[in-house]
Amino acid sequence: MKIKKTINGCQLNRRMIKASEINAVYYPDPSTEYELPLFMVSVPAGFPSPAEDYIEGKLDLNKHLIKHPAATFFVRVTGDSMINAGIHPGDILIVDRSLDPADKKVVIAVVDGELTVKRIRMIQDKIVLMPENANYEPLRIKEEMSFEIWGVVTNVIHSL
Amino acid sequence: MSPVYALVDCNNFYVSCERVFNPKLEGRPVIVLSNNDGCAIARSNETKALGIKMGEPAFQIRNLIKSHGIQVYSSNYTLYGDMSQRVMQTLSQFTPDIEIYSIDEAFLDLSGFTHYDLTNYGRRIRSTIKRWTGIPVSIGIAETKTLAKIANRIAKKSKKAAGVLDLTDSPFRDKALEITDVADVWGIGRQYARFLRMNGINTALQLRDTDDALIKNKMGVVGTRILQELRGVSCYSLEHCPPRKKEITVSRSFKLPIESPDELKEAIAAYASRGSEKLRQEHSAAGVLMVFLMTNRFEKRFYIKFEAVRLPVATSDSSELIRYAHDGLRKIYRKGLKYKKAGVMFHELVSEDRIQTSLFDPINRQRSKILMKTLDAVNTSIGSGSLKYAAEGLRNNSRWRTVFRKRSPSYTTNWNQLLKVS
Repeated sequence: MKIKKTINGCQLNRRMIKASEINAVYYPDPSTEYELPLFMVSVPAGFPSPAEDYIEGKLDLNKHLIKHPAATFFVRVTGDSMINAGIHPGDILIVDRSLDPADKKVVIAVVDGELTVKRIRMIQDKIVLMPENANYEPLRIKEEMSFEIWGVVTNVIHSL
Repeated sequence: MSPVYALVDCNNFYVSCERVFNPKLEGRPVIVLSNNDGCAIARSNETKALGIKMGEPAFQIRNLIKSHGIQVYSSNYTLYGDMSQRVMQTLSQFTPDIEIYSIDEAFLDLSGFTHYDLTNYGRRIRSTIKRWTGIPVSIGIAETKTLAKIANRIAKKSKKAAGVLDLTDSPFRDKALEITDVADVWGIGRQYARFLRMNGINTALQLRDTDDALIKNKMGVVGTRILQELRGVSCYSLEHCPPRKKEITVSRSFKLPIESPDELKEAIAAYASRGSEKLRQEHSAAGVLMVFLMTNRFEKRFYIKFEAVRLPVATSDSSELIRYAHDGLRKIYRKGLKYKKAGVMFHELVSEDRIQTSLFDPINRQRSKILMKTLDAVNTSIGSGSLKYAAEGLRNNSRWRTVFRKRSPSYTTNWNQLLKVS
């Protein structure tokens, strides 16, 4: 966004919702940024803003949520097996493939070709995929299964 | 210090992209078909093992597809383009010097890395790309781009290389050249390959040791450079900035020939509209528009005709370009012919902020700009083609429309088509 040119409260609001910039969201690409200035001061035309010297930077949701754009994918949740972890059907997960899948992380795993979101546990050197819903059973990964971590879930986008 | 180049090439790229989002395809034969689902343009190793060749028409392998359960996909360039960007972006953290050579290949300049074990560094690149993007790659490393290409081919095929082959100071260099067919050397086309074979030159090794005069005589300076490169003397360095596009072409072959002028008008409008989108992506405007029509070249009455239209003011406005494209079409359309292919080209592209305006311009350019921005925003956010001009036709099954019967979802570029996980 070209906010940098004019930092002027009123104008900014309008610029924020300009249709042409909507496309910035659905693609984890930090070169198209959604920025909110730390200060929003409307300034009488022609007068310099007293806050001008204090503007330190802008809050960019992409930068905050996506550390590795090339490795980050969005996936849509279809089931309720992770509901107690705050992951609901229809939610969007932010998945970073570059992160290490450590114990207790929520991951996207591929078990015998099927994709699933679960919490990964290392129990006595065995991998267990834990659902967070009493209606589902934990899945112990056995040697004859094909198993792979697809990526680590970093955030949930849940509409209210 | 002699330079060092690496060629990174994605294995069976389109198939690999499909597999990232559909892990069940792993280990199974898969093919991706060209536009209109015509012929095989990407094959998994399992498919190659069945003897299916690159470019083989889909109808010829129908039985094989059935009997071996080959998984067939239409090409999904939206997905492949996005995955390509991810691969290239991941590669660029290993060296700032990178040349994106094609959708699935990049040259890296590793000259500053010779104190590393280059094979190990290659393995690190390879495993990072696989992990971050899910795409398997092969890497060939050598002192010249031509040798890096050769190293890459072998890295891809040899079990021992396991995806990475470094030919710098390698005792295997001659062996590598010996097992490389001369036709597979970078820059040797089919005609040169025939000429070389007639002169008893069948391998890259024989080509390297050929007398310069013979090659220079037939192939000119390009040929001498190939010899130099094979000998380890670098003639081609990385090309960093792709030159600004000089022209944009949108053309398609029709699945079935088209006679009706109304259908052609729709097709031409759709191509002009797609071309305008491309112009706007490049922040360019076209000074000249060209329309062409052609019939099947194997028929007796072969007809091909171009019509150029000079635009009063360079533009990227879809509706304006559709109108001029239709003007052009009217001039070249002949009744009674069966057209096989049509297209729209834009020439004399100028940067959109350098457009020479006209004093008598009847068009409100500011308004057009806002309209186009809105159009593009809608189409990028809810899917390309959601908003279009009526001139492009409203039926989705028109005969001129390219068919993608088995296309996978746009997993990475459309909110409504994200990968589903339970």
